[in-house]
Amino acid sequence: MTHFDIQSIRADFPILKSQVNGKPLVYLDNGATTQKPLAVIDAIRKYYTEQNSNVHRGVHYLSQIATDAYEVTRRKVQDYLHAEHAHEIIMTSGTTQGINMVASSFGHAFLQEGDEVLISAMEHHSNIVPWQMICEEKKATLKVIPIHDSGELDMQAYSGLLNERVKFVAITYVSNTLGTINPVKDIIEEAHQYGIPVLIDGAQAIQHLAIDVQALDIDFLAFSGHKMYGPTGIGVLYGKEKWLDVMPPYQGGGDMIKEVKFEKTIYNELPFKFEAGTPNIEAGICLSAAIDYIEAIGLANIALYEAELLAYATKALTEIEEIRLIGTAREKSSVISFLLKGAHPYDVGVILDKLGVAVRTGHHCTQPLMDRFDIPGTVRASIAMYNTKEDIDALVEAVKKAAMMLL
Amino acid sequence: MTINEIQDELISDFAFFEDWMAKYEYIIQLGKELPLIKDEYKRDDLLIKGCQSRVWLHADYKDGKVVFSADSDAIITKGLVSLMIKVLSNQKPEDIVNADLYFIDEIGLKEHLSPTRANGLVAMVKQMKLYAMALNSC
Repeated sequence: MTHFDIQSIRADFPILKSQVNGKPLVYLDNGATTQKPLAVIDAIRKYYTEQNSNVHRGVHYLSQIATDAYEVTRRKVQDYLHAEHAHEIIMTSGTTQGINMVASSFGHAFLQEGDEVLISAMEHHSNIVPWQMICEEKKATLKVIPIHDSGELDMQAYSGLLNERVKFVAITYVSNTLGTINPVKDIIEEAHQYGIPVLIDGAQAIQHLAIDVQALDIDFLAFSGHKMYGPTGIGVLYGKEKWLDVMPPYQGGGDMIKEVKFEKTIYNELPFKFEAGTPNIEAGICLSAAIDYIEAIGLANIALYEAELLAYATKALTEIEEIRLIGTAREKSSVISFLLKGAHPYDVGVILDKLGVAVRTGHHCTQPLMDRFDIPGTVRASIAMYNTKEDIDALVEAVKKAAMMLL
Repeated sequence: MTINEIQDELISDFAFFEDWMAKYEYIIQLGKELPLIKDEYKRDDLLIKGCQSRVWLHADYKDGKVVFSADSDAIITKGLVSLMIKVLSNQKPEDIVNADLYFIDEIGLKEHLSPTRANGLVAMVKQMKLYAMALNSC
């Protein structure tokens, strides 16, 4: 693992020097949120000391500074995703808002009674519930693409579910619980044969894999800033211009209008049509610093490093006899979910925390997926670019100790 | 013994443990020893839902005292449930309602009683007090 200087990367993340319960912090809950590099922390300070003002409104100097900085992020995201237009980048509060926006706006415009929407069995609640809500309202049917025991999508079943009644497909790129990387290119190609648009939940992919929305022909992509080393409260919805143009606004308010009369309001053009109200300006501006940070190291280098780390962790954990891995897809990214035979994931999490190892336990907001495997939850370790083999060794030692205490 | 006498006894028991591991091993042991709730009571209407671990709680009323039995699917939660039962079971309803449960803090397990912990324990204590309150007002 000599692709990049891991010690210098770690030095950029001040929180990694913390002690937890008298032990050095081993942070393996990156699927929930990532830690922030100094560049992002400094940008936040800079925003409030030099740039704070409302955006897209004032003619005064500061407002222009803030607006320019905010729009720099939009163009950075455009480049990061290789989107055709900057106005296809809608700033949101996070993945959840992005998906709700599409479900509501697309659903109100295009869903009718008897139509179908497809999601997969491994979706996060935020890519299930918005679709349930709009389907209920429009008397449409939500259908679920099943998965194999390995945690891979049943592509044959997917093909079988596609037909003229299906109006939308919403699916995750990387499963937050299983780590499965879905074959989104194939999924999109098949859907497009029926003219069906596809939303990709990129929450667990954006910080690990290069995503080219044009090459993949993605119609919508939603993700969060805080899972890609950026601030909390900012996210992105990418949408193809041709779809965003024909969808009604999600919320009404300031910024999203061109002209308001009591008789009728003319909506603003993209992207502002979908950006009602004062956004999270600070987080929007500082997301730039996170993208710069990732790009300076290189997503390809990060992916390679993380893949080696995941392989190392998988091998080391599998050597513990009592471990059962949940999610054994051939293509995986950054997530390793497991159960310690007979022990409740909550108990394992408590012991690991005592040993300074931060993991997530529970259903990971994927209750239907837990039901699919007939388990109450899992212990999930999720890695980021700053994790090391030593972190994995600490996890393995902690799991062994938990096994000794609990089994 | 009164509720506070039992709490004080637990506090002095826990003072013997030298580190967190010994303490947790004891709690796990308690969890393993907790008499299981009768199967007939392990049903959904007696289930207290934490986000992560689940707790079943049943209350009987005998000779002016409330007798609790409980179970959890997580062993550490079950051990903590067992401590709560030691303290609050076989007590008069009014004493349960008025109990100040200071021992959890004193033995250094406060984090498990945090309302955001999602282990069902806070909800269980609330439910125990509600049972007692209902009996107290009879």
